[in-house]
Amino acid sequence: MTDTIFAPATPPGVGAIAVIRISGLGTDAALTALTGRPLPAPRMASLRVLKDRDGAALDEALVLRFVHGKSFTGESAAELQCHGGRAVVRAVLDALASLPGLRLAEPGEFTRRALEAGRMDLAQVEGLADLVAAETDLQRRQALRQMGGALSRRIESWRLDLIRARALLEAVIDFADEDVPEDVTPEVAGLLSSVKADLMSALAGGRAAERLRSGFEVALIGAPNTGKSTLLNAIAGREVAITSEIAGTTRDVIEVAMDLGGMAVTMLDTAGLRDTSDVVEAIGVARARQRAEAADLRVLLDPDGDADRALLIDGDLLVRSKADLTGVTGALALSAKTGEGVSDLLLIIETSLVTRIGNASELSRLRHRRAVESTITAIEAAEHVVAVAGPLEIAAEELRGATSALESVIGRVDAERILDDIFSSFCLGK
Amino acid sequence: MTGVFHVKHTTSDSYDVIVIGGGHAGAEAACAAARCGVKTALITHAFAKIGEMSCNPAIGGLGKGHIVREIDALDGVMGRVADQAGIQFRLLNRRKGPAVQGPRAQCDRAIYRTAMQAAVRAQRDLEVIEAEVTDVVLDGASIAGVVLATGETLRARAVILTTGTFLRGLIHIGDRTLRGGRMGDRPSDRLAARIDDFGLRLGRLKTGTPPRIDRRSIDFSGLAEQPGDPEPTFFSFLTKGTETRQVACHITHTTTQTHDIIRENLHRSAIYGGRIDGVGPRYCPSIEDKVVRFAEKASHQIFLEPEGLTSNLIYPNGISTSLPEDVQIAYVRSIPGMERAEIMQPGYAIEYDYVDPTELDRRLAVKSVPGLFLAGQINGTTGYEEAAGQGLVAGMNAARMARDEAPLIFDRADAYIGVMIDDLVTRGVSEPYRMFTSRAEFRLSLRADNADQRLTEIGITAGCVGPDRMAAWRSKADGLSEARRLLSSRNVTPTEANADGLTINLDGVRRDGLDLLAYPDINIIDLHGLFPEVIAIDPQIARQIEIDATYAEYVRRQRGDVEALRRDESLALGDLLDGDAIPGLSLELAEKLKRVRPATLGHAGRIEGMTPAALTLLLAHLRKRERRSA
Repeated sequence: MTDTIFAPATPPGVGAIAVIRISGLGTDAALTALTGRPLPAPRMASLRVLKDRDGAALDEALVLRFVHGKSFTGESAAELQCHGGRAVVRAVLDALASLPGLRLAEPGEFTRRALEAGRMDLAQVEGLADLVAAETDLQRRQALRQMGGALSRRIESWRLDLIRARALLEAVIDFADEDVPEDVTPEVAGLLSSVKADLMSALAGGRAAERLRSGFEVALIGAPNTGKSTLLNAIAGREVAITSEIAGTTRDVIEVAMDLGGMAVTMLDTAGLRDTSDVVEAIGVARARQRAEAADLRVLLDPDGDADRALLIDGDLLVRSKADLTGVTGALALSAKTGEGVSDLLLIIETSLVTRIGNASELSRLRHRRAVESTITAIEAAEHVVAVAGPLEIAAEELRGATSALESVIGRVDAERILDDIFSSFCLGK
Repeated sequence: MTGVFHVKHTTSDSYDVIVIGGGHAGAEAACAAARCGVKTALITHAFAKIGEMSCNPAIGGLGKGHIVREIDALDGVMGRVADQAGIQFRLLNRRKGPAVQGPRAQCDRAIYRTAMQAAVRAQRDLEVIEAEVTDVVLDGASIAGVVLATGETLRARAVILTTGTFLRGLIHIGDRTLRGGRMGDRPSDRLAARIDDFGLRLGRLKTGTPPRIDRRSIDFSGLAEQPGDPEPTFFSFLTKGTETRQVACHITHTTTQTHDIIRENLHRSAIYGGRIDGVGPRYCPSIEDKVVRFAEKASHQIFLEPEGLTSNLIYPNGISTSLPEDVQIAYVRSIPGMERAEIMQPGYAIEYDYVDPTELDRRLAVKSVPGLFLAGQINGTTGYEEAAGQGLVAGMNAARMARDEAPLIFDRADAYIGVMIDDLVTRGVSEPYRMFTSRAEFRLSLRADNADQRLTEIGITAGCVGPDRMAAWRSKADGLSEARRLLSSRNVTPTEANADGLTINLDGVRRDGLDLLAYPDINIIDLHGLFPEVIAIDPQIARQIEIDATYAEYVRRQRGDVEALRRDESLALGDLLDGDAIPGLSLELAEKLKRVRPATLGHAGRIEGMTPAALTLLLAHLRKRERRSA
């Protein structure tokens, strides 16, 4: 018999309520044993006294019951909303463990059951993982969309177009002797070019989507003693970096995670860039360059307006720091010490990053983008064959590859599906 | 010694393999078992019906022609018999690539029957018994023989049931209903009752035939003629030429008047009158289905296929029906060329039970009844070729079982036959199963032209290939490897190739002759300058090398997929699914696995609804068990 699993769904510690989930064939039996009363109606919150084997009351809890096929895992399942005390949770878990066929779930096991039961596909599970880990509002929204199947639905719609294109080719191949359209290539070419255009634009928005998911990195760079660490402290609102008058104080990269307009942003304070004979500082400078280059946005601190701009690329920012000392004024002037211009800088950074996520697509992971890249390569190969009136079986083979690459994001495709499409479209059979 | 043909009495009461049924599956199964060298009996109601083509008078086509080539590569009978009986040969998809070309032939029914009966008669170790089988003999749960209507008992190590549509067969002509598997044949009730006792899951299917028309009543003068190919393509690798006069088919079309007549009488159709429960094939719909489902089409194609050189029957392919006879006459006469047509035999629909093929393993043996094999239409397939392909596999494996040898399994990367059997035993069927090239994911390597390269050596090892075929194949194989050696003996630079008139990118890559042949516009003849020795290559060998080279790149690319398939196929699940369910597996999948009982991890992966996560779980448990037993 398949095990019935249970686990606390809320983190350990004292909260008002602690939720314990149960899933598997033995759920209903467990509820009966635990409450000693008839099963509550599905999806109706019901107040029950939970008792141990000897009939001693453990807690009074809200019990929610989900029937097979209509639960998160696809199995019979239940939620016990107990009071949040550690001893309460401990006692209820012990009572569950003492029932036959029940055991504590392994990490991720509820989700795995949902995946196995086909309640969620791989992309949705990834969305769920992101949702649980989401720290900012935009991350939450992105994850929620993916868990709700936004990516799966787009994949599905591309997949249907590719299947349709392949079905047209297969109809001409497998029913050569029958009443199928002579020339399907215009429709095939049309389908392929529209799917390809969609995939390309999704791919273009993929890096932004990934950033949205995993967060942006903004590097503060500049020569030694230009006020980078002071600025970081001002942004963080606490002393995260040591500041001093001595050039080269910062050696390692210091990170501060923050929520900027709903986006997860990591600010990086880096070692001042200069040639140095100090071995440790040289390592710090090299690391600073490396991180700065990899970051999404670089902010160059330039008190005197003569800094080396070699690391800057289009869209990066330059600020005149230490404005309190230099007396520089204007849009770029900033003094971390007085706080002048700091919030303006954050607003500029936010605006710059927001424009980058404007085109974010659903392809929030490298895995998704790799799959879409293979799909595009195969579609292009098929397009070429169709364009030069080459062998259709080769075009069909490329489309088979395209579909299975796309499918790898969520699941798989099969021949029966192609035949279904053929039969629903053409009258075949002598 | 030549097989003996007996009526009513038998020379022996013990065989290695007994085949029940003399249709396309039965004949191929019996011949295959006997070729493997075991003592075989074929039991049929009437010897004279062996080789009967009860549906349309044609063999082959797309996917189907591939299967016939594969049967032939394993020295089976269907290809040779169809070549002998062929009165019109056409290679379908001639203008497309060789991977999707399928040989097809119109056959003379009488010649086909005679040739098949001669092949059966000539088969060593095969005895034909004309009798009715009423029951099987059981030894515990295993099959140990059969009981004849005479009361006689014949013992056997394995029994292959190839009885087509005999399970609760019902024929419908409009509102008339007859019991029977085929016009004029009796159903075998007692045997059917025994099959019921085995408790196998059954399903119901339907299929239909068109009315047969008197050739002399058709006016062919205004109809389009469809001749055969000027250079016929044969099924058998051994056939050298046609043996009969070649004829043409004709094409006509239904008219709006035809459709009106059918629409007005739909309520009298067995299918639309609600008298048929079975599911029909989508690719071979009745004319009623076509008119209803594709109402926007003003006309449907009909092929007028001659039933033979000496026959006056025409098989109008495309208008199978279950309407009453008077409606059949009316709509047939609304078709150009058939205004005065006489119907010799009305069309009818037939519904029948089939055994859910997920009850079978990949030898086509019933998993719950050791020694019992099923092949052909009884497994939910349609088509002579599909039946014969199954017969071959069942026959060979029954022989191997009788000799305590390991099963011989063709997988999806070996053959269309492997694709078909895997589809059947993994997914079961929801309509009569027919082969299409699109079912084969390794279509570019599973070609009709290379069936011998793929299978004949396997057949030789298995002992089912006779000396003539072995000699012919080995000589071809030598020719192929010599040609490949010549072509790969030297590399040329792009500059050298271009200097010789070939168009190759100046990419600095040196290429041998086989690489050059992979270019779509380069043939062996173009290589004479660079590889003068190729002049000596036999033209047929040269053509084969060219085709192989055309797909070489794709075959290489698919190698990873093939390896993955074979890796998963090599992971036998054994009794993993027998005991308690695998912890963590969903209830649905656990039930599905229990029902299908996949033999390998690869097999499990193709079960509908199987998720990658669940497969990983199976693999983990497999590993766990290996560790325990290690």
